[in-house]
Amino acid sequence: MTTLEVLVLVLVGAGAAVVVATRHPVRQVVLLSMYGAVLMVLFLVLQAPDVALSELSVGTVVLPLLLLLGLAKVGGSRT
Amino acid sequence: MTPRARLVLFLVGVSGLVAFIVWGLAGVPAFGRYRGPYGYLVDALAIHQTHATGIVSAVNFYYRGFDTLGEEFILFVAAVGVATVLRTLRDETEGSPGADDERAAGRLATPTSETVRTSALAFTGPVLVVGWFLTTHAQTSPSGGFQGGVVMASAVALVYLAGHYVVFKRISPVDLTETVEALGAGGFALLGIGTLVVGAPFLADVLPLGAPAGAVDASGTIALISFFVGVEVVAAFVLILDEFLEQTIVVRSRR
Repeated sequence: MTTLEVLVLVLVGAGAAVVVATRHPVRQVVLLSMYGAVLMVLFLVLQAPDVALSELSVGTVVLPLLLLLGLAKVGGSRT
Repeated sequence: MTPRARLVLFLVGVSGLVAFIVWGLAGVPAFGRYRGPYGYLVDALAIHQTHATGIVSAVNFYYRGFDTLGEEFILFVAAVGVATVLRTLRDETEGSPGADDERAAGRLATPTSETVRTSALAFTGPVLVVGWFLTTHAQTSPSGGFQGGVVMASAVALVYLAGHYVVFKRISPVDLTETVEALGAGGFALLGIGTLVVGAPFLADVLPLGAPAGAVDASGTIALISFFVGVEVVAAFVLILDEFLEQTIVVRSRR
């Protein structure tokens, strides 16, 4: 493993922990979106650019958007 | 069972599980080490066999095209399922966004800021072009119909983000997105059936491969399948987004 790979893997672990530890739903969605970007960097470092593209579009854009819309519908931002 | 007995049982089970996991991990190849022959075989043969330089696309749309067809229909069924579950029910009405009964007394919804609207609009065109490029260049470089389709769908989402829900509805009426989705999924499946009709194996690369390898019009069916997948994916994601937006903005419970 190169230093860069170790660094990004540690970032991915820390990012996942932060997302899980966040209690406020809306903040959690925003952090999840950023975590998707970190995961994208990991795939890029591991030389899988097409997987990185999928992660970028689904993990940082579509999934958070759907979750936010769901939260808006059920009123999760008020909790 | 006493708590103590339960704990002992748990510890026995967990130590067995840990032992199995450690045993399994001990036999895993080292990080970044690849031992199987298939990757090397595909690496050596793919460009010659398919004239596609995007080897991942060659694997996705040719060597294991049948698997991709299955994944394609997972998304297709998921989008249809969302559209079915989130339809307007009998005890719900479609109100207009911002109707009077929607506003809490004395409070107005925060309007979208000019910065968000302008940057969303500014990015819509470039994002659409990037998505189109990814969809149509699966055979030449790391990209593909799925990635391109999702990127194009996010361009449509940017239109909504720019505060133009009405425009969003106008450029993506449900009838249109459903039809386009079916055309994309059906095109992929019909292409496979077409290869059977001409006497080749399912999803075989029956079209002229073109030359040179790596050209945009080379690779035969790979480019075509990527295009169908892109069409299906963009329609499926726009349809899902549309249903979610409609639930959030338009549909109101009558109670």
